Amino acid sequence: MTILSPLRQLLVLCLLAWLPLMASAQQDEGQQRLASLDVASYDQMSDAIEGIITSGDERSRGWLEALLDGKLQRHKETGRFVVVLENRGRNWPVVDALTGEDGGEVSRRDLDRIGINNALRGQLQSALAVLDLYADADRARRQAARDLLGRVDAMMVAPLQEVLDAEADREVRRLLEQGLAIHRLEQGNLEAVETLQGSLNGQVRAALNTAARSDDPALADAASAALADIEQTMKLNRGLETLYFGLSLGSVLVLAAIGLAITFGVMGVINMAHGELIMLGAYTTWAMQQLLPGQPGLAMVLSIPAGFMVAALAGIAIERGVIQFLKGRPLETLLATFGVSLILQQLVRTAISPLNRSVVTPDWMSGSIMINEGLSLTLNRLYVLGFALVVFAALMLVMRRTRLGLEVRAVTQNRAMARSMGIRATRVDIMTFALGSGVAGLAGVALSQLTNVGPNLGQNYIIDSFMVVVFGGVGNLWGTLVAGLSLGVINQILEPWAGAVMAKILVLVFIILFIQKRPRGLFPQKGRAAEG
Amino acid sequence: MWLTRPFRERSTLLFLGILLAALAMVTLLNLALPAGHPLHVSTYTVTLLGKYLSYALLAVAVDLVWGYLGILSLGHGAFFALGGYAMGMYLMRQIGDRGTYGDPILPDFMVFLDWDSLPWYWQGFDMAWFAFLMVLLAPGLLALVFGYLAFRSRVTGVYLSIITQALTFALMLAFFRNEMGFGGNNGLTDFRELLGFDLRSDATRLGLFLATGIALALGYVLCRAIVASKLGRVSVATRDAEARTRFLGYRVERFQLFVFVVSAMLAGVAGALYVPQVGIINPGEFSPIFSIEIVLWVALGGRATLYGAVIGAILVNYAKTVFTGVMPDAWLFALGGMFVLVTVLLPKGIAGLLGYRLKRKAAAPSTTTGEASA
Repeated sequence: MTILSPLRQLLVLCLLAWLPLMASAQQDEGQQRLASLDVASYDQMSDAIEGIITSGDERSRGWLEALLDGKLQRHKETGRFVVVLENRGRNWPVVDALTGEDGGEVSRRDLDRIGINNALRGQLQSALAVLDLYADADRARRQAARDLLGRVDAMMVAPLQEVLDAEADREVRRLLEQGLAIHRLEQGNLEAVETLQGSLNGQVRAALNTAARSDDPALADAASAALADIEQTMKLNRGLETLYFGLSLGSVLVLAAIGLAITFGVMGVINMAHGELIMLGAYTTWAMQQLLPGQPGLAMVLSIPAGFMVAALAGIAIERGVIQFLKGRPLETLLATFGVSLILQQLVRTAISPLNRSVVTPDWMSGSIMINEGLSLTLNRLYVLGFALVVFAALMLVMRRTRLGLEVRAVTQNRAMARSMGIRATRVDIMTFALGSGVAGLAGVALSQLTNVGPNLGQNYIIDSFMVVVFGGVGNLWGTLVAGLSLGVINQILEPWAGAVMAKILVLVFIILFIQKRPRGLFPQKGRAAEG
Repeated sequence: MWLTRPFRERSTLLFLGILLAALAMVTLLNLALPAGHPLHVSTYTVTLLGKYLSYALLAVAVDLVWGYLGILSLGHGAFFALGGYAMGMYLMRQIGDRGTYGDPILPDFMVFLDWDSLPWYWQGFDMAWFAFLMVLLAPGLLALVFGYLAFRSRVTGVYLSIITQALTFALMLAFFRNEMGFGGNNGLTDFRELLGFDLRSDATRLGLFLATGIALALGYVLCRAIVASKLGRVSVATRDAEARTRFLGYRVERFQLFVFVVSAMLAGVAGALYVPQVGIINPGEFSPIFSIEIVLWVALGGRATLYGAVIGAILVNYAKTVFTGVMPDAWLFALGGMFVLVTVLLPKGIAGLLGYRLKRKAAAPSTTTGEASA
């Protein structure tokens, strides 16, 4: 995902170089089409409209709508066609119909209106309804076909059938068939039910619902059966959606807590400023976007290492400035780092702003993937989910496969012995704390895409993060992953019937009770590590 | 008798003497001197001092569990707020039909939410004795259940701190909900009278201040008595070596539970005295940050001294009043800085700084109350 974006930008640049050539060719063609509208006979005009519709020119809609409203006009002297923006007063603001350039204000006496009659008006209206079905992009045609569902009337059947026969894209064909089937269903056609079977579209369901109440018993039965079938799929969809949102929420919790699992879980240091390190990561993303205006994608990619570094450096400062003096006094560490968190919050408020900053979502992260018509997964959440897993895997590798990880585990298990084996314990402390803090910064970068970036960002996550670590079992990274994801899913499952706030309360109460039952969490540490 | 033992201690007598002298002086300066006099203590200041005193009582409650039992509760704000809500509910019922909507029974916010009858848990709060009982029982019961579960499974140290914090956080979220029937976001406010006394009159305010001072004195004596008793010595033993105490044959969790519940009730009383003086109670009092702030008061004053908690509470809150008035932005810097400096440089707090000789004289409370009233 990180390399794609610059490549895409390069591609766009190449295309841009070709544009002037292509543009001038388009202008000529457009001018001809518009000129063909400006004829005396309405019959010829009707043909011209037909020509515009089938051309697939993306400006067609603007022209036809303007024509329908009487706002497509010709400049008497230059012969250029313009679209009038507002036909009030003596001078009218216009834009060029071909280029879309601002044409300033033109006296209405200098303009000639292209008039139409009622027959043409009808033609235009139904043409506009199917116009988008001629668009070049598959995506636009699909959207147009989807919009038509439930709006097909007798007038449109013939042109739609024509479009359907010419259409190559399967998705558009399916949608058009459904659109026509809804129309037939409304006429009482029994076979139409078959075409509509299994569709999750709201319009289709509305049509089936109406049909299920019809007087024709055969039709009503068929429609009811189809509806029941659809309902089953919808239920599955809702389940999947809850799971997705739960995993997404869980991935956020994992990201927020995983750094804490290092500093609190492995090192045993209570860092109440952890939330503020997350906040620093989020603000780094914002700052990066301010530095690189207009390139949110690049800024996003760069803020991953930057967010890590900023938070890691802040973490080192906290470790050297406060925590090293409070070794072995966890409750005091808790209070001191809480003080640090207050200072960091106020620092951001004073230095930047007490208000939320907005972070732009890059194009490749916005939008959603449609699984089917009842279920679409938002891309940004999917990215964050993936990111959380990558961060987790990387952290796992560091702890299990690197020298640092080995030293960290040695120092936590037996500091004195580790030191006598030549491990520089102080250095390990600093490095570990920096690692945990840096990961908090990464969490901030990811969170900037999902929530508001403000001074209170960290505060909202600190309690949750501690809960996840304690629930999962202190000192166990896998526990943190399982705990974070499962708490996210539990929260989402509870939400529909308890409400968002109540679900959160229930989860908190659940964890409080769970800790009474198993004070060492889901996956308690065993062996020597547990003794420390 | 164990309750009278504190009166044989010089430090307690000195503390009580100074506290009562300060109460008498403030009363005198408020009543005897005319409003324009430079030494006159305005009713506004009296109420402010009353607020500090209720915080001091809360700090004493926290010091009892943290200083002598080794339990760092980050959720004592919850007990304080529950006591406050119990008092607030009584005060709401006292408004009667004088509210904006004029409903004789339902408080304004319930009328606003279109509720047609009083929820069951609001029943009885029109009677003062019941409400005052609930001031003790509501926090006490919560502490009993929570403490029973936690101490039985030997959840201690950092874990306990974190789940107490989660507890107050969960309660805050719950009280923010309108459906809970505690006024949601806005909490309970617009109080008029307490036991028939107009809350806006100067005399009532002075009376509340004195009542808070006396409650603080009684709470202090109670805590001293507990600490000096055999039970208190087992608590201290638990704090210093929980496993060893257990092996000596003491049921540690019972001692912990008892002290924890007493502390929660004291916090509830503090909340109940706080609410009529500030005139509002809202879910903000449940916020985890407030609970941590209380711990700072104790840490700054000096933990395991009780009077240190009083000094700390009054000093920090006086500083807060000054700072938020003069430069509000700097307050969090100051508060955060205090957290760091006190824990790193002053582990024994101001009490530790004063040293043993001064401790016997116990001069500190007088200077701080004096400063605050000036």
